Amino acid sequence: MSTQTPVPPAAPAPPPEEPAPRATPDSSAYLAVEQSPEFAELRKALRSFVFPATVAFFAWYALYVILSAYARDFMGTKIVGNINVALVFGLLQFVSTFVIAWLYARYASRRLDPLADRLRARVQDGGQSS
Amino acid sequence: MTNARTLTIVLFLLFVLMTLSITVWASRQTRNATDFYAGGRSFSAFQNGMAVSGDYMSAASFLGIAGIIALSGYDGFLYSIGFLVAWLVALLLVAELLRNAGKYTMADVLSFRLSQRPVRTAAAVSTITVSIFYLLAQMVGAGALVALLLGIKPGQTFLGMTPGAAKVATIVLVGALMIVYVVVGGMKGTTYVQIIKAFLLMCGAILMTVLVMVAFRFNLSSLLGAAATKSGSGSAFLEPGLRYGKEVAGDATQTFYNKIDLLSLGIALVLGTAGLPHILIRFYTVPNARTARKSVLWAIGIIGFFYLMTLALGFGAAALVGGKAITAQDKAGNVAAPLLAQTLGQRYLGGSTGGAILLAVISAVAFATILAVVAGLTLASSSSLSHDFYANVIKRGQASERQEVVVARVAAIGIGAVSIVLAIFAQNLNVAFLVALAFAVAASANLPAILYSLFWKRFTTSGAVWAIYGGLIASAVLVFFSPVVSGSATAMFPGHDWQWFPLSNPGIISIPVGFLCGWLGTVLSATPTDAAKYAELEVRSLTGAGAH
Repeated sequence: MSTQTPVPPAAPAPPPEEPAPRATPDSSAYLAVEQSPEFAELRKALRSFVFPATVAFFAWYALYVILSAYARDFMGTKIVGNINVALVFGLLQFVSTFVIAWLYARYASRRLDPLADRLRARVQDGGQSS
Repeated sequence: MTNARTLTIVLFLLFVLMTLSITVWASRQTRNATDFYAGGRSFSAFQNGMAVSGDYMSAASFLGIAGIIALSGYDGFLYSIGFLVAWLVALLLVAELLRNAGKYTMADVLSFRLSQRPVRTAAAVSTITVSIFYLLAQMVGAGALVALLLGIKPGQTFLGMTPGAAKVATIVLVGALMIVYVVVGGMKGTTYVQIIKAFLLMCGAILMTVLVMVAFRFNLSSLLGAAATKSGSGSAFLEPGLRYGKEVAGDATQTFYNKIDLLSLGIALVLGTAGLPHILIRFYTVPNARTARKSVLWAIGIIGFFYLMTLALGFGAAALVGGKAITAQDKAGNVAAPLLAQTLGQRYLGGSTGGAILLAVISAVAFATILAVVAGLTLASSSSLSHDFYANVIKRGQASERQEVVVARVAAIGIGAVSIVLAIFAQNLNVAFLVALAFAVAASANLPAILYSLFWKRFTTSGAVWAIYGGLIASAVLVFFSPVVSGSATAMFPGHDWQWFPLSNPGIISIPVGFLCGWLGTVLSATPTDAAKYAELEVRSLTGAGAH
């Protein structure tokens, strides 16, 4: 406890600045990238997979739930032994979930990741040059 | 029975000891806010996939689904399917974008381009609401199970405690442990607890599944046949309709409502997952969005495999234990899996000793399951209270990292204490009701706000606030006036009747209400879109530029 320079009270609330230092690459770089044709391509590539896939799995799942509610006779039809349509339909929901997840992973690493990598590099450059 | 009880306690203590030492180790590695909230973002895809699975497979999944299948047959399988398919929403629409754009909480993404204070306040309210309901369900479940799993019958005592006192003691113990995990270990410690729990749960489920399949010579059809015969319902046991969407002869209105209720449950299951805060914050524990994607893939594999095994566990319990023996212990069927373990152990591991051993193992796994999930929930709500409400609403983003972490730890103690007290009072609440409410709020309040803010450029602050409060209020009000709360024999307040909403699950109304409120709030507000901020959100979420 010597007489050093008076310790400034821990960061005396800096003047009303942007609180989070999140805009490391400045915001004009983001705007420029967002308006580039390459970004439009990435956005389109993402949405053209995930939106139809979401609609598809939701419709397929809804069909299963609706059949469970309203088509009991059909769902109860036996296929082999005690295995009926309801069980097979349910197991197919597992299969479709695994398949969609796998297809998305493949699509993302082949199609989306390279586009995203290039654009990410450009944001970082854009922050320095322009 | 006494031996099984001692063994259960010993195994459970071993789990607690192991996880506590890891927690203490993790606390030494926890130096800053990123360590506390996000485990230093250093987990691998497989580790986080296991942890996500551990966070997700709650007592409701393990004991609940096995119980419903054992008692009502096929209808329980609907839960397994809904809980799994739900992961596609998280994989395709949420996980990576959230990981790229956010820092510690769900609200980081919601408030990215909107007004911080109103949006973060709303998000903190819904995060804490969802987490507390979910938390209560788990703790009440733990309390109810302990008497059964430890075999304490009414009139008997255990360590001098009556069954009622043992329940309260269990709730307090579980609550105290979850507080320790979170306060001491933060996200790092909690993540390891989840990983260990997921491993134990998978081992337990695989062991039982194999034994069930051995009992039926690996013939699924004969397992199903034996279950159907023993249930007394015949082939109806293997078809949808014994529990959900029941057809009431001569009552077309009730039949109609029952079927709509089934659809409502189906929708809430599939849309709730991607709005559960304790699941969403797990995506911040990995280095980047690509790892987040891979961890969801791992989780889908692990969770899917587990839910497939619920068929063997549930139908196995129906065939080998039988509905009567299960309901004699617990009307809700939550002890189906432990009783199945006892039966299998007797058959294959050598008489009553073997039965006692396997019962003890599975009971300890069930406690570990509950403990891990409540820790994840406590962490999610205390993170939101500290990072969203304290740091960004009260302190307007001026809090230091140290202060934030201190507040998060204090919040964990507070939330834990409140949950312990609430759980003691809520002991007689229906566990399924609490979980259904949590899923309905998550799907109605959180999911619309998340999807709009990521994909809809025009979305405004009032849109977000309306979506969250609208979805939250709609689901809470509808549940309050539903047959789950009053006006039926199985209600929370069976003697009262203020019920007018005919469905048990509000999802089919409250989820569209949440989306509609978000849209209305947006189109009715005059706030112009902040194009620069939206550009930043869009570029960051899609490319990972500037990610934390």
